[in-house]
Amino acid sequence: MQVPILKQGAYLIATIQSALTDADIVQLRDALVEQVGRYRSRGVIIDVTALDVMDSFATGTLRDVAHMVRLRGAETVIVGIQPDVAFAMVHMGLTLEGVTTKLDLEEGLDHLNRNIRTTAGR
Amino acid sequence: MGLAQLRNETKSTSESTAVLLRELVAHLGQNRTQLREEWIRRITEGRLLTAMSKEEIFAEATSVYDSYVEALETRTLETLQAYAQNLSERIIPRGVETHEVVGIVLLLRDVLARSLFSKYHADTRMLNAVLDAYEPAANAIAITVAVGFVRERERIIRQQQEAIRELSTPVLQVRERLLILPIIGLIDPLRARQLTEQLLRGIRANRAKVVVIDITGVAAMDATVANHLVLTVESARLLGARVIVTGLSPEIAQTLVNIGVDLGKMNTVGDLQGGIEEAERLLGYKVGPLSEGMSA
Repeated sequence: MQVPILKQGAYLIATIQSALTDADIVQLRDALVEQVGRYRSRGVIIDVTALDVMDSFATGTLRDVAHMVRLRGAETVIVGIQPDVAFAMVHMGLTLEGVTTKLDLEEGLDHLNRNIRTTAGR
Repeated sequence: MGLAQLRNETKSTSESTAVLLRELVAHLGQNRTQLREEWIRRITEGRLLTAMSKEEIFAEATSVYDSYVEALETRTLETLQAYAQNLSERIIPRGVETHEVVGIVLLLRDVLARSLFSKYHADTRMLNAVLDAYEPAANAIAITVAVGFVRERERIIRQQQEAIRELSTPVLQVRERLLILPIIGLIDPLRARQLTEQLLRGIRANRAKVVVIDITGVAAMDATVANHLVLTVESARLLGARVIVTGLSPEIAQTLVNIGVDLGKMNTVGDLQGGIEEAERLLGYKVGPLSEGMSA
């Protein structure tokens, strides 16, 4: 299933609705990295609230998205990781190093607003 | 033919047991007052049920006696089982011990056996037959009561363990979006897992941004639990919360260094006060005394 990507001001918001195949995740990665340039977005939020499993491929790909988006000049926040999922991920050593994670969409937007306002203001 | 005969015999045996038990029950009914008195006398003599008053012992003894006779009469244990559980629920909080409960039931068994002896002592064959019928039933009753008591005790112990466990890991909100998790006592792997679960759920429920885990009250932890603590800190980060660990004892610091913790991932502060101050700084609070003019 394709993940819808919403453009919201300077941000792109991708809300994952159901379990994804590896191909879906790759497709999401390519779409996000491409659209960041097209819309000149400053931030990307990936909402994974609906996922109750995150395997190594998904985690690795999301980390790649964050790094690629950074290289294209925007910041990525992953939001909505469930408590059980978080603990399972850490147990497997999938800690999403170098990627910002926040509680939910609201927190993610708050984080981006804060960070991007400060850089834009100066 | 042999089989039929055997079946007949078995049937007649169980029938004769029933007859004997009926007679027994009649005997126990007739001598109820006297036997009960004798039993209570021996309970007092044996210094059993010291936690209860004389009147209470009398009342309990009467109902135990009657349930006992009823169990012999109906040859079912359900009523007695229910009564034993009810009795256990009432007397365990008052500090009645297992040996007392088992003791009084065995005493009753002995008192009744004695009365059978004195009734049938002239006729050994009859005495044997009556005892054959009585003993298995009496033992089954004793076991039922003892098991009921022990089961109730175990249930209470389990309940208390659960309560202690719940109490021992509170997740407290001290400010908007700031949680404190004070840990006191020994952490075994089970408790560690429960702690993690409560913390992660607490972060979601309170929308926490910063969590202070205070382990001043933990003297030492082994490598497994220390590792678990590190995993908990990282899981919390995935939920978007920062964790500050405070009050590490020298031993725990040693353990953490030995297992090779990446200190970049774990924010530690000396004591709880320092931890809360650091958390407030992260949240953007500035706390200080009121100025002279305002407090006056």
